[in-house]
Amino acid sequence: MGNLLFALVFLPFLSCLVAALVPTSARGFATWLAGLTSLFALALTAGLYPSVTDGAILRAELGWLPDLGLNLTLRMDGFAWLFTVLISAIGLLVVVYARYYMSPEDPVPRFFSLFLAFMGSMLGLILSGNIVLLAIFWELTSIVSFLLIGYWHHNAAARDGARMALIVTATGGLCLLVGLLLLGHIVGSYDLDVVLASGAKIRAHPLYLSVLLLILMGALTKSAQFPFHFWLPHAMAAPTPVSAYLHSATMVKAGVFLLTRFWPVLAGTDAWFWVVGTAGLTTLLLGAYFAIFQQDLKGLLAYSTISHLGLITVLLSLGSPIAAVAAIFHTVNHATFKASLFMAAGIIDHETGTRDLRRLTGLARYMPITATLAMVASAAMAGVPLLNGFLSKEMFFAEAIETHVPSALDTITPYIATLASMFSVVYSLRFIHGVFFGPPPTDLPIKPHEPPHWMRAPVEFLVFVCLVIGIIPAWTIGPFLHTAVISVLGAQTPVYSLAVWHGFNLPLLMSIIALAGGILLYVLMRNYLKSSIEGPPLLRELQGKRIFERVLVTISWKWARSLEKTIATRRLQPQLRVLAGFSLASAAVVLYLGGFRPAAMALSDVDPAFAFLWLIGAAFAIAAAYQAKFHRLASLVLLGGAGLVTCLSFVWMSAPDLAVTQLLVEIVTTVLILLGLRWLPKRLQLVEDEERLTFGVRMRRLRDLVLAVAIGIGMMLISYSIMTRPVSESISSYFLDKAYSEGGGRNVVNVILVDFRGFDTLGEITVLCIVALSVYALLRRFRPASDSLELPQQQQVQNAFDDAQPERNKGDTATDYLAIPSVLMKWLFPIIGMLAAFLFFRGHDLPGGGFAAGITMSIAFILQYMAKGTRWVEERLRILPLRWMSVGLIFASLTGAGAWAFGYPFLTSAFRYVDIPLIGTIPLATAVLFDLGVFLLVVGATVLILIALAHQSIRSPRAQARALKAKLKEVV
Amino acid sequence: MEIVLSIGIGVLSASGTWLLFRPRTYQVIIGLSLLSYAVNLFIFSMGRLTFNSPPVLRDGVSTQALTDPVPQALVLTAIVIGFAMTALFLVVLLAARGFTGTDHVDSRE
Repeated sequence: MGNLLFALVFLPFLSCLVAALVPTSARGFATWLAGLTSLFALALTAGLYPSVTDGAILRAELGWLPDLGLNLTLRMDGFAWLFTVLISAIGLLVVVYARYYMSPEDPVPRFFSLFLAFMGSMLGLILSGNIVLLAIFWELTSIVSFLLIGYWHHNAAARDGARMALIVTATGGLCLLVGLLLLGHIVGSYDLDVVLASGAKIRAHPLYLSVLLLILMGALTKSAQFPFHFWLPHAMAAPTPVSAYLHSATMVKAGVFLLTRFWPVLAGTDAWFWVVGTAGLTTLLLGAYFAIFQQDLKGLLAYSTISHLGLITVLLSLGSPIAAVAAIFHTVNHATFKASLFMAAGIIDHETGTRDLRRLTGLARYMPITATLAMVASAAMAGVPLLNGFLSKEMFFAEAIETHVPSALDTITPYIATLASMFSVVYSLRFIHGVFFGPPPTDLPIKPHEPPHWMRAPVEFLVFVCLVIGIIPAWTIGPFLHTAVISVLGAQTPVYSLAVWHGFNLPLLMSIIALAGGILLYVLMRNYLKSSIEGPPLLRELQGKRIFERVLVTISWKWARSLEKTIATRRLQPQLRVLAGFSLASAAVVLYLGGFRPAAMALSDVDPAFAFLWLIGAAFAIAAAYQAKFHRLASLVLLGGAGLVTCLSFVWMSAPDLAVTQLLVEIVTTVLILLGLRWLPKRLQLVEDEERLTFGVRMRRLRDLVLAVAIGIGMMLISYSIMTRPVSESISSYFLDKAYSEGGGRNVVNVILVDFRGFDTLGEITVLCIVALSVYALLRRFRPASDSLELPQQQQVQNAFDDAQPERNKGDTATDYLAIPSVLMKWLFPIIGMLAAFLFFRGHDLPGGGFAAGITMSIAFILQYMAKGTRWVEERLRILPLRWMSVGLIFASLTGAGAWAFGYPFLTSAFRYVDIPLIGTIPLATAVLFDLGVFLLVVGATVLILIALAHQSIRSPRAQARALKAKLKEVV
Repeated sequence: MEIVLSIGIGVLSASGTWLLFRPRTYQVIIGLSLLSYAVNLFIFSMGRLTFNSPPVLRDGVSTQALTDPVPQALVLTAIVIGFAMTALFLVVLLAARGFTGTDHVDSRE
């Protein structure tokens, strides 16, 4: 039973992926997919109703990170059930509506994909049984809402609105996350049920206020409460189905949902009353006031939504159970009438081509049915009796006159409530009267007419719901509301009545005042509103958007720029110097504080040969550094020398694998850099240059030298002090013990690479693969610097010689130059191939392995290039390194995945001994197959890198010709 | 032996670092290679120095006597990745020079 909850949450995400993958033209499919998913969710929710009545809770749990208290816990109680119904039912209606609303040019599958993702996130948010999970879904709704608002991304207003919505709600989301983590810290569990049961403990905790404020930040931003309300009107740039779904029924209700969810835990304190109450009352009044003066139909609805959300917030702030009932009730009512109004607004926009209230007039004669529907829904919004809005508003009035926390805020609540209600009558009237009555429209882009029937059907249904709830509340919404209320309030559930008629009492009087006052106010303001500019008088200049943007620009542009100007540089050298200096200083501080104590154990005797070796090594290193500027080739040779010394040290100190690999990599690196040398600029060391060295340059060099020497000394001291300390217990002994018994190999290093730490190796060869592809991609569009286009001087001389001799062809000298080595190198190919195979097969038991073998093989290839020239090889040998790489990667991955087939984790290896004729008994581990993948990939990647670079030398004549042509053109 | 290797590591890293601070890309690439030798040796030396006992299991030889295989495995991958890094850096520097016409690290003289 509980597992159905997982289906409920994850099915929309699954459909989202499917919808994202279908082609843009598959409008019908995407619509059906979204519709059926919503229908399924609705049916499933309906079926789950018996499990949540009378305060019962349905739970499902899946371990995710149990050690951190984060589990995929889903729970459904009556309240969550009610929200789930809202989300799935209005979702279904919106799908039907959107089917007709979206124009043929819009990429509809993308819309439905995002729509489904939103539905999934919203359901996840409602059904989360773990507060961290709740925060995750909360963030998801913010992100998907960003994408939905920006759906028409060619529209600048949509992009800005989406960005603003994201920044505001995501900031709130971040606060919420911190708040929820603190809450979990107070309670000692992230489980929602545990949290809900620890209300007293939380309210008494010193961190209560922080938790409260942080959670309220999340809720108030999401529900567009003052002072964070400004994002919602700008989110109206979204397609109307999105507004109807996100900005009336679901996402903006998430904040209210959160407040209600944690109402039993956080409410009832003065802090709660003041913060939530002030925000709610301000929003209630300001939203209604602003709504009157909007000239955009959707803008009016947006501010009205803000105001109604404020109303719910006020109800929740009061801390009385019956107010909470009213809040839940109004949440449902508002969702129904506001969604239908948004859809009606969308129909008007769709069928007339404008949303400007000044241009819309007298539409009732063109679209009578839509007009009737919109009138009923607006009446519900205004709180006219016999409609659902009236009931919850009456409950609100009844609560407003009660005293909860004796204070000025409490005293003014009924007055503000009546005033705001009066405003709501005004804007509702404006919506009805301004749009549907009056003289016929004159300057509409489209001649208005009724929409297709199915586009209207969702509105019809919702209006029907408004009526039914409004007339017979106790028989329709009654039981469901009761289920929801019990699950939130539990034992505190008050006695309340859902009757239409409560007798003649104060709330009714307030309603009458609001209605009469509203009508009067509208009649007075009508002409002003018909012609005024956008926005309310007095407060027109006070735009949240402008303030928000100013803050944004100040923080992310002005401050950032001035900060960059003062403390940063774009030059890399100083950056690196600072970095190195800082590391040096921090290491020095640690060494100084910790004390430097070398020589804690007996040292091995210094072998004079080894010391001599490093004397040479040091000379090589220093000389390479010295020559790197003016004598690149010499520097490269010296670098190779230092590499060889390193390699010999590995041999000396029992690391044959490293020595082999180092030696081979040394060869490949040298060839690689040699290939690159040709494209570097000429730089000659001039004698006078040395003399011209300014004092500044000398000082810079001296400073770098000091820094470098200090770092060198530091490295020396650290390595010495570590090497002279005994080894502490490490995992090495485990590898040594298990290498043969569990990995089936005697070469422990190789077994670690291909077996124990196989996953690391897989990642590493993937990196190699990516690097090779990047090199390849960079070189495909390689444009050498113009001064490197000419042939190298040596080749020019050789060619000139060939040209001068009648019996010689161009290029003969270059060929003759390496005549004997080239024959040798050509014949070396099979031998090196054999060496590679040898290294590969002995790898598991003796030094060698896939890496070494792969590099050896690639050396065999590159030698052919060196012997015969790029053109000759490319005419005869098709190496296809990309294929080697892909086969290698697939081989390695499949070998790893093969373990799954036997029920073992990824990359578990098996081994056994196999008799092969002629060769004898050899151990055969699946790790060898993995190593084969490594081998293939390394060959492919290395060869790809090398030949991509080598290939440039035959591309360049073409580039040269191009450059020459360009130059000629310039001259002409 | 420890002192010799430490001095070696020190010299390699000093030469490498000095080159890293230089303005020409080729100097930097040589510097990085020198530094990677130093770092590889440094990581390798974390297993302490042992002689004539490679981590290859032989019958009759106790595993206690063998050298530590873990730093070796780390360094082995580091060598290969170091090669990849050098290759990528070399190509980037060539491409950058093609674009900007200079081999200065800041792409400006």
